[in-house]
Amino acid sequence: MKSKENTKEVFESPLKIRMKLAWRAFKENWKIFSESKIGVLGLWIVITFAIAGFVVYPILASTVWKPTLSGMTSYDPVTGYDFTTMNNPTPPSWHHLLGTDPLGRDVLAQLLYSTPREFALGILAALITVFIGTVIGTVSAYYGGVVDTFFMRLADLVLLFPFIPFLIVLSGMIQIDLLRLALIIGLISGFGGITIVLRSQAMVVKVKPFIESAKVSGASNPYIIVNHIIPNVMPLSFLYMMFNVTGAIFSEAVLSFFGLLNIRMSWGLMIYTADTAGYIVGGNIGHYWWLWLPPGAAITLLCGAFYFIGRGLDEVVNPRLRRR
Amino acid sequence: MLKYIGKRLVQIFILLVVYVAVVFFLLHSMPGGIKAMLTTNPNLTPQARDSILHAFGLDQSLWVQFLTYLKNIFTLNLGVSFSFYPTPVWSIIAERLPRTIFLFATATLISFFIGFSSGKSLAWKRGKVSEYVATIIGVITYTVFTPLLIFVLIWFFGAYLGILPINQFLNPDLWVNTTFDAQTVFLYLLLTVSIVGAAILFSFIVAQKVSHRVKTKKIILYTSTAIASALSIFWWAISPYGIYGADIIWHMVLPVLSVAIISYAGTMLVMRDSMLETIKEDFITTARAKGLPDKVVRDKHAARTAMLPVITNFVLSMGFVVSGGLITESLFSWPGMGMTLLNATLAKDYPLASGALIFTGIFVLFAHLVVDIVYAFLDPRIRY
Repeated sequence: MKSKENTKEVFESPLKIRMKLAWRAFKENWKIFSESKIGVLGLWIVITFAIAGFVVYPILASTVWKPTLSGMTSYDPVTGYDFTTMNNPTPPSWHHLLGTDPLGRDVLAQLLYSTPREFALGILAALITVFIGTVIGTVSAYYGGVVDTFFMRLADLVLLFPFIPFLIVLSGMIQIDLLRLALIIGLISGFGGITIVLRSQAMVVKVKPFIESAKVSGASNPYIIVNHIIPNVMPLSFLYMMFNVTGAIFSEAVLSFFGLLNIRMSWGLMIYTADTAGYIVGGNIGHYWWLWLPPGAAITLLCGAFYFIGRGLDEVVNPRLRRR
Repeated sequence: MLKYIGKRLVQIFILLVVYVAVVFFLLHSMPGGIKAMLTTNPNLTPQARDSILHAFGLDQSLWVQFLTYLKNIFTLNLGVSFSFYPTPVWSIIAERLPRTIFLFATATLISFFIGFSSGKSLAWKRGKVSEYVATIIGVITYTVFTPLLIFVLIWFFGAYLGILPINQFLNPDLWVNTTFDAQTVFLYLLLTVSIVGAAILFSFIVAQKVSHRVKTKKIILYTSTAIASALSIFWWAISPYGIYGADIIWHMVLPVLSVAIISYAGTMLVMRDSMLETIKEDFITTARAKGLPDKVVRDKHAARTAMLPVITNFVLSMGFVVSGGLITESLFSWPGMGMTLLNATLAKDYPLASGALIFTGIFVLFAHLVVDIVYAFLDPRIRY
């Protein structure tokens, strides 16, 4: 009986062991991460936004805000209206918790409707950036020479690139929707500063003994890059992904704030609508606060939250900063 | 030193050519680029279409077009603006570039000095309440959505307190009966500021040469600064331009404040982090053990070393500050490069938009060069 138990333990499947190891590493890293207050705060803000956008909005849209046939009000974020009020925009009331915009649409509905889109844009752009940055950073660190020089000079250029002005001029040439914007932001910033950081990290990994032993045992260059170097720079890539989410959401907000994007609704567009209707000009600005404060605060909070998570992850990923 | 600057100039020149190439190929090879814009009119006969293509040189191969474009940029021939027809693009840019430079230079200098000194003292007094408060304020201003920050500033200073003008470059009521234009007054302002700046720099160098005592140096520096400022204020007061110059400065307060706040937080946070790293070093312990006053250790030993990452960070955050400046300019109707770029894009004024984009890039590259030279002065480890 006893021996049977022993053999069971010995022949535990490798996958299970790997899972256990990963879980242990996760628990340790979580402990370090949760020590930084700012990172946990960021995580909570992101979770709140995610719940609001992905759970609360669909529920509200199908219950309280459901359009009725004889309804005088519609809570649709794009085509909504409210015939029960005389003048739009109306200040916050029980019917419209954050008031209505100049066209009579509910501000809260617009705010919640846009949330999943901001998430999608930020995360898609950041994924593209991180993918390109990781591949180019590791490849140029591993091969060195001309490839390295070329991509590093390119990164210098992209770092200095006036990004928002460029996107503005570009939006005058082509119609930019959310997907295209994510692609453009992801592609351009993928060749930027992130490659420099990941390259320097890959340089550290490259000279480790296990790379040598992999080479001796006959592993090809692509195999070493994919299986040995990239997993070791992955934490840093993940960290930079958080900062890139901030950048992407910020860029989208600025562009749609200037009315340059071809999208249905977004936080920047909400401010744009109020601005072009003349409610944020001069003395009006304090009077119609619900038109610019909620979307502006939402952009600030979500951008800030991803930045905070990045700062928190910094403590986990950068051992230099760890005070132990 | 000259060799180093020459080397950097060559590098910057190569970067500039690559930058122009990137802008050109991205904008010209786009499906909705200038070619499509000029030729998608369905009423166009084939002959007219061909002659348009020929007149704009679009029938040549892309490489020939690029070389022509490059040549035109270096001879400042940027074409004619559509929306300000027939003003050449270059004269619009020449009028507006100084405004942007003025705005940026003032805001950057202010934010750098405040961020530098506050980051320095925050790290020195670790763990006090003031540190937490300042760090939270720094993080908030660092992550705030720029238009939101500007709306809050406009609301507070312009609408609530009502003490500052909220937009425009000048007050039109004041300028109705004037015989000279705003650009002249503005250029005089720019000249005055550069003369005062040069005087301060000169007296700083003289002070360094003349004496080794901190007190004497400070006296020389402060008196010369005071004399230069007093003289320039006196000149403005007696000249007929006085009130108009004051009007422009008065309209500049809020834009400068916005750009300064945007770039302040980055400087302050990086300075604080880098200072915290520096004060753990051995030479700080040595300096303290020698019995040097606390202030001297902080300012001469720690801050001097901790300053270098701040300048590196400044280069990295330049793109962010430039886009922040664009938002600031367009929200305050400050007629600089950023607003030109935005309005030209909205008006489909293609030559002006791409010209403004190119010159924004040149401006950034030039600022980068200046920072590099400053860095070489500050870091004695750089050999040239």
